[in-house]
Amino acid sequence: MTSAHSSELTSSLLYLDGVSVSFDGFRALNNLSLTIGAGEMRAIIGPNGAGKTTMMDVMTGKTKPDAGDVLYDGRIDLTKLDEAAIAELGIGRKFQKPTVFESQSVEDNIVLSLRGARGAFASLWGWRNRVPQSDIEQILETVGLAGHRKRMAADLSHGQKQWLEIGMLLAQDPKVLLVDEPVAGMTDHETEQTARLLKDIAKDHAVIVVEHDMSFVRALGCRVICLHEGSVLAEGHIDAVSKDDRVIEVYLGR
Amino acid sequence: MSRALYLRHDRLGLGFLMVLCALGVLVPVLNLALPVTSSWHVPTYAMSLMGKYVCYALLAVALDLVWGFCGILSLGHGAFFALGGYAMGMYLMRQIGTRGVYGNPLLPDFMVFLNWKELPLTWFGFSSFGYAMLMVVLVPGALAFVFGWFAFRSRVTGVYLSIITQAMTYAMMLAFFRNDMGFGGNNGLTDFKDILGFNIQAQGTRAGLFIASVVALAGCYLLARFMVHSAYGKVLIAIRDAESRSRFLGYRVENFKLLAFTVSASMAGLAGALYVPQIGIINPSEFAPGNSIEAVIWVAVGGRGTLVGAALGAVLVNFSKTWLTGAMPEIWLFALGALFIVVTLFLPKGLVGTASHSLKQWRERQTARPKDHTIGEAR
Repeated sequence: MTSAHSSELTSSLLYLDGVSVSFDGFRALNNLSLTIGAGEMRAIIGPNGAGKTTMMDVMTGKTKPDAGDVLYDGRIDLTKLDEAAIAELGIGRKFQKPTVFESQSVEDNIVLSLRGARGAFASLWGWRNRVPQSDIEQILETVGLAGHRKRMAADLSHGQKQWLEIGMLLAQDPKVLLVDEPVAGMTDHETEQTARLLKDIAKDHAVIVVEHDMSFVRALGCRVICLHEGSVLAEGHIDAVSKDDRVIEVYLGR
Repeated sequence: MSRALYLRHDRLGLGFLMVLCALGVLVPVLNLALPVTSSWHVPTYAMSLMGKYVCYALLAVALDLVWGFCGILSLGHGAFFALGGYAMGMYLMRQIGTRGVYGNPLLPDFMVFLNWKELPLTWFGFSSFGYAMLMVVLVPGALAFVFGWFAFRSRVTGVYLSIITQAMTYAMMLAFFRNDMGFGGNNGLTDFKDILGFNIQAQGTRAGLFIASVVALAGCYLLARFMVHSAYGKVLIAIRDAESRSRFLGYRVENFKLLAFTVSASMAGLAGALYVPQIGIINPSEFAPGNSIEAVIWVAVGGRGTLVGAALGAVLVNFSKTWLTGAMPEIWLFALGALFIVVTLFLPKGLVGTASHSLKQWRERQTARPKDHTIGEAR
């Protein structure tokens, strides 16, 4: 990547420049700029209130920025689109709290997520009523839920719900996966499995992971961005970032 | 497990349709073919009363489609019901012809009384049965579409949406009370003579109306069932349980809600249209907010999100109402309030929801037991 502004713009899948968001005077994002290239994996760390979730809200159309550019694929202005349109473009999101459709089966959760026409009439009699079993199986195997397809999503364990949600993301077949705290509340074993799963997914998707768990971030082995008070404090390899004096200061208190 | 659930639901639905079939055949036969002296004879008033329950059941199914499956708690479905009723009432008024008190061939009595000289534009075409039937579904559907378009697009949900649906039906009531609206003011429309050339009081016509109500309920149930069992229904439930998650999956939530709301309003309109000739009157009190809230209670009692339960709840609550208002009129409202509290506290899934849930648990225990047994033996 060259340092020239325009080539950075065109080579990036997600491009944020000078993005600011305020809620009632509180600056959640403050002149935030970052770029994510196609197929790149990035971990976002930062203390509570650093703006991690707000950043994802801006990328997915939930929150409109007060100022700044948010571009997808170098040309599409995401600030003009709503959630559904952005999801259609290929940006998938996993929430902090696992959000699956609890009263439906694991299988139906995947069916609902699969990429394809999402109109009301299309869903009444369209292809989504005739999804081949193999398509569902393949995704459930990837996330390790192959034996659970008939269970109600509500009956899954916390970790399984997180995986189901990642499976739903995969079914959407997005270009970018935004994953908010995927290992919160997981056992060490589950955390390990999740790290392996995400690394696997990152082979052919861009993945942005927000996480507090440092050993998990280390296991991902990707570039790390540390956010603080709504802007980038440090960026680089996990070892460099975690030795950065300012990062230590914001994490350990002033 | 979900497959078994599907089959069992099917059995419930099948049973429901069979009961409707039996009712649609038996009741008219027992009414028309047996002499009044027979103890098996169903009196005409009882048949019309049952016809009324069937119309309420249809309203409940319509409400369950939006509330049970999409989480839209409409407290204004009575408005759609009443609009369908008015459309039917207007057709029936035009059939009176010169048989009114004033003998005016063109104008209904109340317009002659108000000294009107010609039929208002809103009454255009209502002498045709086909046109009136079209309006029965189109007018409530159109109102729901416009209302929903604004409400769902501005993402009004939950209790706020319930309040504005309530305000809508209240506003409609006030409007229809006005004489200059041209719908008969507070007297409404009544003194109907015939429908499609048949005397509306005749036993045979009553039987026909009863059969039509049963057929309408069965048809609308099948339509609603088709909708909720398709992928569309899965999206509706997804929206009910996690609306913003559905948006991030790429679903345009407002379109899904709008379709369900509009179809549901048209069904409610049809229910109202079948209700009016069996009751013999339609007036603005049908728009009263209390009516819409009562419909919500029927659905809650029967079990929301079950369709069959909604219909059952409507019949049960209204049967109790008929019986109780006859036996002890002063306690009906207390009984209704108590019923709602009891259902909310002890039967949150309603009668059918609770029954099918317990049945499912019992089945699971039955299937789990022999399996454990074989594992034990293998060891």
